[in-house]
Order: sequence, then structure tokens, then C-alpha cells
Amino acid sequence: MDLRVSRARKATNAVMLGLSGLCTILVIGVLFFILGYLLWHGGKSLTPSFFTKLPKPSGETGGGMANAIVGSGKVLLLATSIGVPIGFLAGVFLAEFSGRAFAFTIRYVVDLLNGVPSIVVGIVAYALVVRPMKHFSAVAGGVALGIMMIPIAVRTTEEFLRAVPNSLREGAMALGATRAKTIFTVVVPAAISGLISGMMLNLARVAGETAPLLFTALGNMFWSHGWLQPIATLPVMVYNYAIAPEEDLHQQAWAAGFVLLSLVLAINLTARMIIARGAASSRR
Amino acid sequence: MATSQNQLAKEATTAIREGSGVQKAAATPKLYANNLNFYYGTFQALHSISLSIASHKITAFIGPSGCGKSTFLRTMNRMNETVRNTRVEGELLLDGQNIHDMDVTYVRRCVGMVFQKSNPFPKTIFDNVAYGLRVNGVRKSSVIEMAVERSLRHAALWNEVKDKLRKPASALSGGQQQRLCIARALAVEPEVLLLDEPCSALDPIATLKIEELLFQIKDITTIVIVTHNMQQAARLADYTGFFLLGKLIEFDDTRKIFQNPSKKETEDYVTGRFG
Repeated sequence: MDLRVSRARKATNAVMLGLSGLCTILVIGVLFFILGYLLWHGGKSLTPSFFTKLPKPSGETGGGMANAIVGSGKVLLLATSIGVPIGFLAGVFLAEFSGRAFAFTIRYVVDLLNGVPSIVVGIVAYALVVRPMKHFSAVAGGVALGIMMIPIAVRTTEEFLRAVPNSLREGAMALGATRAKTIFTVVVPAAISGLISGMMLNLARVAGETAPLLFTALGNMFWSHGWLQPIATLPVMVYNYAIAPEEDLHQQAWAAGFVLLSLVLAINLTARMIIARGAASSRR
Repeated sequence: MATSQNQLAKEATTAIREGSGVQKAAATPKLYANNLNFYYGTFQALHSISLSIASHKITAFIGPSGCGKSTFLRTMNRMNETVRNTRVEGELLLDGQNIHDMDVTYVRRCVGMVFQKSNPFPKTIFDNVAYGLRVNGVRKSSVIEMAVERSLRHAALWNEVKDKLRKPASALSGGQQQRLCIARALAVEPEVLLLDEPCSALDPIATLKIEELLFQIKDITTIVIVTHNMQQAARLADYTGFFLLGKLIEFDDTRKIFQNPSKKETEDYVTGRFG
């Protein structure tokens, strides 16, 4: 064997290994830098009044984002109640009923929808809801985020239902259950932990969306009553405060970003716990 | 060969019509297949099968893998219809009525099925057995409770699970799970019970328990079992059918099939010369 070739190969190996290791550290580093930076600035600016008070008029310091926290909750609730049922039922159809060619088409379209820029979804919601109603509203924001939730809801449902062994479907149908009863009393319950956690991850994904809310929910410095008024949300607050000139508002934006991230992280962890528990119980 | 089977089936039906009731394999036919063909796409999996399944007897189907015995079993509760791109020709009569003219959920309630691999639902033991009753509209809890206990007793499982009915079915052993599936099938009081190699994944002791319980439940239902295990067919069955390449080669008294088969292929198979 030629010694020089072997030495060159070892050198290449060392360089590439070092390079890929470095990139891995970089990836983790970016994440921890963002987390740490947000924790530092957000944690510093976070006060109890952030959760209880309304934003102060410009020029005054202090105040909080109670309205935006509740607002984000309301818009996300609307989005979930629009996106999840539509996506879930479409996913059931895709997994249980559609033929192969048709399923391929639907899946392709759903993936396209998933790739639509969020600002475009915002424009669609603007045209569909804001224009006819003549004003910005929580409903418009909910519709925008709801549309954004559909593709993931469809694909999550399809994947988890497909993972249910066919023997369970056969077992149910052999007892005289109809297709629909089989699906809703055996297949969906068998996949339920995956479905719930998938939907939660879906929710966490849209919770931080800003662009589609800019011209649907708009924002509001006060409490928004009902569902038909413009409403404050955390991501839009972060956007508005971060580009404002006052330093105090920047601090508020950091705090809002911190709360938003904690929220998303909490949803994420809960979802993963549900998945882990579901996997453990199905192994038993 | 096909003609001789038709001949057999005709004799059988004639015997019933005349009420002589002595014709082999047809004392009281519960199910009667007449010239049944089955296709997966363009592949013909069953070739003009004709036979009678006797009421309150155990009928076994044997044959090498891929011979069509499971396919035939699955035509008897129209389970094959759930597979895309399949087609069935010919008649299958349940108590004289063509099952292809009946509502499919009704057929499956009358003709229960137990599968090769036990498939308990991810529910409690109780809910597994109650499932068939509930989807068929039984709501009264006293009725359901009685049926669950009765079915579990028939499946020789009651003593083992009576204290843990609310535990998940997945906590049971393999043999217990398969008996649970039998109990689940029995709960809707099927007239025929189809079993597709129910013991192939079980150890001999669990197998023995299932064979014993099948003997017991002959009184309440008609049993059709597909098995790879020839000893099992010999031990259990009153009648045995031998399938090869999608054709029913021979169908007769179990004793005759194993001791004095009339076809060369049957003899080769049961004596272990191939398969």
C-alpha cells in the first residue's frame, strides 16, 4: 500500500471531521446565543406589571402587555379552532379514504400551501375577512394563523393515522363496525397522543408568527372586547416596540420576546412529554 | 378436478334438500360456497371453490403458504373487500342467503373473525370485549356486562382477567391476547367464527388452551379454522379441506383426509412429502 495516499486520506479525514464538528458547535451555539441573549435582556426587563398592566402612551415609562398576552391567547384559540378541525378531517380523508393518485395530488398541494410565505397568507386573510368587514379584528388574525396551521395539521394527522397498524382496522370491521366507526372509535384513539402533540407543535409554530397578523389583527394599545376589534398580540408588540425610538420600549420588547419564547418552549415540552408517554403506554 | 368438486357440492345440496342429512360435510350447512372465484387485480387467487360448511362443527383448511386458504376464509366475511382492486365471483350462502346481497356490517356481525396476529384494541380488557356490542348499538350496561363475562368465560379467560377488567389489554400475554380476541369475536354471538392461523404465534401451552376452548364453543357457533399445523387440523377438525394453488383439492372427513386421502396431492402434503 502506498503510504502517502494513506497519509493524505487521514489528513482529509481529520479536516472534514473537524469541520463538521465545528459546524455542529456553531448550530448549537447560535441557538444558545439567542436563548441566552433573550434570557439576559428579557429577564432583566420582566416585571410583574408586564403581566398585569396595559401599555403606557408613548413618552411615559412603565406599563405592561397584559392585553397582548390575552390577545395572543384569543387569536391562537381561534386559529386552532379553524386550522385543526379542517386539517384533521382532511388528514383522515387522506389516510383512510383517498386513492393513491388523488392522495399524491392533495399531499403536493398541502406542501405547496405550507410553503406559501406567511405575509401572503396575511394578505389572503386581509382580502377574505378584513375587507368585507371593513376593519381589522381578532377573527381576521385567527383566520390567517388558522390557514397557516392547516398544512401541518393535515400531514400530522395523515402520518399518525397511517402508523396505526391495519390489523386494528380489520379487527374493528370484522366485528361489524362501519368505516367511520372504525376510524373514530379505534384508529383515532390509537393515534391520539401523537395527534394531540402534533397539533400542539403546530400551535407553537404559528404562535410566533408576526407578518400575517400585521394587517389582520393589527394591534391595540387597550383591551380588545369580543372578537371583532383590532387586537394586540405578542409578536406584533415585539415588532412595534423594537422599531420604536424609546429605550424603555426596547426593554418591553425584550420582555415580550422572552415571554413568547417561554410559551413556545412550554408547549413544545408538553407535546414531547405526551408523545413519550404515548409511546411508553403503547409499548406496555 | 373442478367438476368433481361441483359434483360433491351438488350431492351435498341434494342431500340437504332431500333432508337425508347424512351427506358428509353437509349435515346442516351453515355456509355454502358455490363456484367461487377471487381475483387480486388480474391474478386469480381462488379457482371455482365449492363446498359446504357444516353447522356446529369445526372445519379446517390446510395447505402450503399462498394456496388461497386465508383468502377463502376472508371472502366468508367479505373482509377481502377492504383490500383495493379485488373482485369476487360466485355465490356464498349463509343459511341460504347470498352474503353479497346482505349489508356488509351485518355479514361481519354474523361471521366473526380472529386473526393470525392478536390485535387487541388499545383499550381496556372490558372495552375490547364490549366493542362489538357497542358499535352494534347495544347501550345498556347490564347487558354489556353480562355479555362480556359470558364471552370471557367461553374464551377461557375469565378467571385470569376478572380482577383486572379495567387494565389495558396490552398488559396481557400473547396467548391471553389471542383469547381476548376470541372473546371479543364471541361477544356479538356470531353464527360462524373464522380463525386465520390463530395459534401460529403462540407456544404449545397457549395453543392447547385455544384448541380446548374451540372444542367447547362448537356448541354455540360454527368454526372454520385455517392452520399451517397439520396436527392441529387432525386434532381439532371434523372436516378438513386441502388447498393448493388456489384450488380446493380435497374436502372430506378429517379422518379420511389424513388416513386415506383420495387425491395424490393431498397424500403428498399430509405425509410431509412437500410443503
